Amino acid sequence: MNLNELTIVQARSGLDKKEFSAVELAAACLARIDERNPALNAFITVSHETALEEAKKADEQIARGQAGALTGIPFAVKDAICTQDTRSTGAATILSQYVPPFDATVIAKLRAEGAVLLGKNNCDAFGHGASNENSMYGPVKNPHDETRVAGGSSGGSAAAVADQMCVFAIGEDTGGSIRQPASFCGLVGLRPTYGRNSRYGIMPMASSLDTVGPLAKTVADAAILMEIMAGRDERDATTVPDAVPPYGEEIKKSVKGLRVGIPREYFEMEGIEEETKRIVLQKIESLKELGCTLREVSLPHTKYAIAVYYIIVPSEDSSNLARLDGIRYGTRTPAGSLYDTYARSRAEGFPEEVKRRLMIGTYALSAGYYDAYYRQAQKVRTLIAREFDAVFAQVDVLATPTSPFPAFKLGAKKDDVLAMYLADIFAVPASVAGIPGLSVPAGKTAAGLPVGLQLIGPRLGESAVLRAGHHLETTI
Amino acid sequence: MKLTPEEIESVAVLARLSLTETEKTMYAEQLSAVLEYVERLGEVDTDQVPETCQVTGLEDVTREDKVRDCEPGIRQKLIAAFPENDDNYLRVKAVFEG
Repeated sequence: MNLNELTIVQARSGLDKKEFSAVELAAACLARIDERNPALNAFITVSHETALEEAKKADEQIARGQAGALTGIPFAVKDAICTQDTRSTGAATILSQYVPPFDATVIAKLRAEGAVLLGKNNCDAFGHGASNENSMYGPVKNPHDETRVAGGSSGGSAAAVADQMCVFAIGEDTGGSIRQPASFCGLVGLRPTYGRNSRYGIMPMASSLDTVGPLAKTVADAAILMEIMAGRDERDATTVPDAVPPYGEEIKKSVKGLRVGIPREYFEMEGIEEETKRIVLQKIESLKELGCTLREVSLPHTKYAIAVYYIIVPSEDSSNLARLDGIRYGTRTPAGSLYDTYARSRAEGFPEEVKRRLMIGTYALSAGYYDAYYRQAQKVRTLIAREFDAVFAQVDVLATPTSPFPAFKLGAKKDDVLAMYLADIFAVPASVAGIPGLSVPAGKTAAGLPVGLQLIGPRLGESAVLRAGHHLETTI
Repeated sequence: MKLTPEEIESVAVLARLSLTETEKTMYAEQLSAVLEYVERLGEVDTDQVPETCQVTGLEDVTREDKVRDCEPGIRQKLIAAFPENDDNYLRVKAVFEG
């Protein structure tokens, strides 16, 4: 096995036993990036020099017996997350030269444990998309079939992990941006409960929905990363004070007697592919063999989730992205008046989808339309959240497909805005409710494309979804 | 609900976006389609339903109002990130035009 193919657990063990060095491990990943990135376009920035320097320091730490949980383990970060002294563009040219002077809190925590930063992953600009085709740095290709998308918005992160360019990656999930690319690339991806991980240093998209989480090769790796990243942060007032469970230990507990709900609406939804449905239902059956009890449940407001999402997200987007106006940082397009400086810097620095969302959001929040759109969406959001609460009184986790279909062809949905929005139909409800969702591989289609199974848990129910996911991983 | 080119124009001004004629036509069409799709929310009876304002249940999160030091060199990095600077000041267009 090549070093770049290792999981966190395997790499930790090998590094601690001195079977290989952190420099060798980082070099193996960098070599893989150099070989494969021209084809897949998973990275916008690759930090060859600093990665090797960090790895050298990691080797010294290991030699001194001072290794942290991730000392010497190479990772990649979505470009919409700030990394100190490493360019962070958000995949939009308005930030093509932006070098943050600080690390996002989650990145600082991972680096404090010794993780080695390889570079920054391509994504849909500012997280706007479900196919990674809205990047101003070009689309990302799926490692399983290069004529297909890697998913989005954290598509570069998913492709990088799936293609063994790094050991793990950190993405951001507002409405499926970790889970859907994880499912398209055959990986594990966790959207945590809103408020579980700090959002400080994440380029904000929809502040009431944004979360940061891991894309990993195994559930055990995702659990390790969550244990490090989770917790209250003084710099993000929406982080919750609840103690962080030892997820790494929690996942080992038995799933015997775990009550798994199967929400009927997710399997009856228009547009779900038969093959995806069959693969997911088959995988769910194996939960029964593990001793879980299965029962059908109903979430009738599921059909409104996308409409709620595409009011709330563009509205919050249009407000958040007002900060990018060519004045304080980012690129400025010279123009005659101050207004034209704003309008032209934004016109040139944002891709089509960002502009589309700014337009939708500005319209939805404008005088006379606020009640009909934003307020009504926030009310229906309450109904969706209550419905989940009621169901979680009867079951411990929900099992659904992550996406209605496997990775689609590049360009297939690019010009059909609604079809692209509907791609996140199974990921969005949990987002709207602020609860966790984990995508784990369920199997592959006849054409060899990965299909993901999503486990949704109640608020702060990461332990339950990770535990169920971990046990599912061991079944064939 | 169909948006007119005039409505698109005024939303673009509010959003501080300079749009080409082609973009205006395209967004008029696409925004209309999105708005038509989200109209289904009107079917839901929400008379007695409160809006979701937040999902964490946290209230009155405060911290001490204290000045904190930042790492040395950050000031220079922030200045370096300005689109234009002049003697360590951020250079901007005149705000009040004569």
